[in-house]
This record gives sequence, C-alpha cells and structure tokens, in this order.
Amino acid sequence: MSRLRRWTLAALLGLAAVSVGAVAGPPVADQPEGLRQFDSKAQEQRYWDLLGQLRCLVCQNESLAASQADLAEDLRDEVYTQMVDKGKDNEAIIDYLVDRYGQFVLYQPPFEPLTYLLWTGPFLLLIIGFTVLAVVVRQRRRAAADDGLSDDERARVAELLETESDKDKGA
Amino acid sequence: MRAKLWIPLAVFAAIVALLGVGLTMDPERVPSPLIGKPVPDFQLPTVGDPERTVGPADFKGRVFLLNVWASWCISCRHEHPVLVQAARNHDLTIVGLDYKDKRADALDWLEQRGDPYVVSAFDAKGKTGIDLGVYGVPETFVVDADGIIRHKFIGALSRDKLRQEVLPLVKKLRGSS
Repeated sequence: MSRLRRWTLAALLGLAAVSVGAVAGPPVADQPEGLRQFDSKAQEQRYWDLLGQLRCLVCQNESLAASQADLAEDLRDEVYTQMVDKGKDNEAIIDYLVDRYGQFVLYQPPFEPLTYLLWTGPFLLLIIGFTVLAVVVRQRRRAAADDGLSDDERARVAELLETESDKDKGA
Repeated sequence: MRAKLWIPLAVFAAIVALLGVGLTMDPERVPSPLIGKPVPDFQLPTVGDPERTVGPADFKGRVFLLNVWASWCISCRHEHPVLVQAARNHDLTIVGLDYKDKRADALDWLEQRGDPYVVSAFDAKGKTGIDLGVYGVPETFVVDADGIIRHKFIGALSRDKLRQEVLPLVKKLRGSS
C-alpha cells in the first residue's frame, strides 16, 4: 500500500516537474532582485510604493510589486534603473510606462474626460439612490397619513377604540 | 401610475445591457497607446546574423506586420503555421521581433517550422518589447508605409483573423499610401 502511494507520489512529482518545464518562461534578469541597492531607506520605500500603484499587465489583479510574472520582473528592473541610476521622479517613470502600456497600468487612473464617469459614477448612483429613497418615503408617509376617512368616521373609530380599551382595563 | 411600473424594468434592462457589453469585452486585450504613433525606433541584431542590425526605418515606404514571437512561447506554435502560409500565399511583409529568446533556440525554431519573416530582430533583453508595450507574446503590429502603427493584435493570429482582419487592413493601408 505504502509502496503504491510512493509510486503515485513519484509520478505526480514527475508530472509536476514536466509541466513546470513546459511553461518555463525566458531566462531571468542578470542581477537577482534581492541584491538591489538603494541610496536610502526612503528611496527603497518610494520604489515599493510606486510599484504598488502599478498594474502588472500579465496577471492583471496583481501590482508590479507583487507579481512574479516575467514581464513584471523586467519592469521592476526598468523602474529601478530609472529611479536609482537615472534619478527620475515618480511622475517621469509613470509617464514612461503609460506611454508604452496605456493608463491601464495605473491602478488609480487620472481624472479626465474619459474617466469622469468612472470617478463620479458611484457618487451619482448614491445621489440617485437617496433621491429615490426620499421620494418613496415621503409618498408612503403621505399615504399612511391619508386613511380616506371622513371626520365623522374618524370620531367613531376613536370612540370604538376607547370603549375597547376600557373593556381591556376592566378584564 | 402605469409608467411608474416600467421604471424598475427599464433600469434592470439598462444594467443587463451594460453588463452584457462588459461580458463581450476581453480584459486581456488592453488597447495600445501606440496606435497612431510611429513604431518606437530600435536597432537590433538579426536572429540570423548577429553582425547585421535591423530597425523599423529599414521598412519605410512599406506596409508591414511586426510580429513579436519567441521559441519558448506556446501560442506562437499555433500562430506560426498561419504566418508561414500567409507569407507564402499572400504578398505580405512580415518582420519578426524575437522576444527574450536564445539565439540557438530561435534558429532551431525557424529551421524546423519555416521562416515567414523577411528578417527577425533579436531582442534578447526584452527592452524593445517594453518600448512596444508587449505584455503577451505573440503580438502583431500593423505598420503603414509612414512607419505609423495602425493596429495591434494581441495573441495568436488565426487563419480567420488573418483573412478577415489583417489582410483587408493591409490592403486598405496600401491603397491609401
């Protein structure tokens, strides 16, 4: 039994190795990423903050900081080179990436005509929602206040209710 | 009062329509900001001969396809026969950009599967790939006679796509220049 299990495990591992080999990407960058040197702690912080705001285009729900995709590695190299070696500011680096990959690389797109609706949409929906709510509540309240009875009828209802509650007290 | 009953239905229909359109869009097809702009200039050694260099300027005056490929790229295996056939049967200039590849592997690939390219540039580091905004090989740019990128296809070109989209576009661009 345990032998069979061992064989199964070996087969699975072999399969895993083959499939990993099949999807292996191109060769990786020259310098291991862990060995990157920064001028200061603040610069390193800026580097990671910036990467956190940028989208990896290969795995779109990951930032450039988090992604293990090959392209993300290359772009981290590029951001590092531009920031540390060339001393560029964040804006210049963002422009560089947007020029090539479009605004899709930005997790926080700029506020401009194309994105007005994107930015204001949720607030517009909120306003519409509250307006509808207010209208409905007001209508309900008016409907509740207006019970369609004449003054005589109302007096009679009050009278009946009173005798009813008197009975309750007596009981 | 009657009209009021239709409002929720109308809102619902609008949302369904919006979501429906959203479903037909592929989030992996990110529109390229390079459309309508000149091909980023590069000078790269060719795959066949490291001594020789090639760049987009060499093709000025011609409508061409710039196809980004690599021997390690799985989808390229599906696309490659389509390109080989297209180069053989149609009057097409296909320039290759071999992205982050090993030269020996690339040469093997071209030898075994045929070479549809007039020339392939060898982008070992992927730097030109970044300049072109490449994020998923294969990608194909359609470049007009003035060196302006007119369209970008992301992913493998199929025979249908070639026939229905690429060839008509190339024809149109040739006609206008």
